[in-house]
Amino acid sequence: MPQTPLGITLDEPDVRALIRLVTASDGQPPGRDGAIVTFLGTVRGENLGRRVVELEYQAYEPLAVRAFGVIAAEIADAWPEARVALHHRIGTLRPGDVSVAIAAASPHRAEAFKACRYAIERIKQIAPIWKREVFDGGEAWIEGSTADPSDSAARQAAYERACR
Amino acid sequence: MQVTIRLFAGLRDIAGAADLVREVPAGATVEQAWQGLAGEFPAMAPHRASLSAAVNAEYARFTRALAAGDEVVFLPPVSGG
Repeated sequence: MPQTPLGITLDEPDVRALIRLVTASDGQPPGRDGAIVTFLGTVRGENLGRRVVELEYQAYEPLAVRAFGVIAAEIADAWPEARVALHHRIGTLRPGDVSVAIAAASPHRAEAFKACRYAIERIKQIAPIWKREVFDGGEAWIEGSTADPSDSAARQAAYERACR
Repeated sequence: MQVTIRLFAGLRDIAGAADLVREVPAGATVEQAWQGLAGEFPAMAPHRASLSAAVNAEYARFTRALAAGDEVVFLPPVSGG
């Protein structure tokens, strides 16, 4: 498991480790945060009406970690007191497995919830990670967003989802 | 000059390889490297409209000029999460 707040992992993400990383990431004393919001993305056993057997995740790791850094910087810009730690798993996952874990911390809950939601929305937009779905009767690469961190409309859409 | 091309997802399946080392003209752009690749693997050509690109682990535009030894990555639409 990565010992850094932002990383790619072959193992199941450890949400307790993420909580430690997000609350201890800058050497501040404990007690600064009044809220920690966590999110786990898990493999759903049904997609588009078909039964999912497994998902195979690939990542371009150095750029993925940089994209996570972009997301963390955007969060610091939008909610200056909030911080996030996040680990995304790669490899072959089965229904019920955790694919991504996020911990967002802030002195107040509203910003922690927003930062956590924003992080997962932006991961889906700009992180160079792909999944191949193996389902009953076939397999297909799932295609979401064309990754462009400078697309301000996408960034704004993620912000609005986080804040509604 | 030689560049390394890294492929992911459907593009990797088409090439049957994760990494390719290819010769491109001196000063070639990312777009020219793509054209060479799509010429070698015609099944890749329809993907162009939805791709983004990276050079040396930073997002890059297709107009970016390459240097010898650069790592060029073509990124299909992402689907993390």
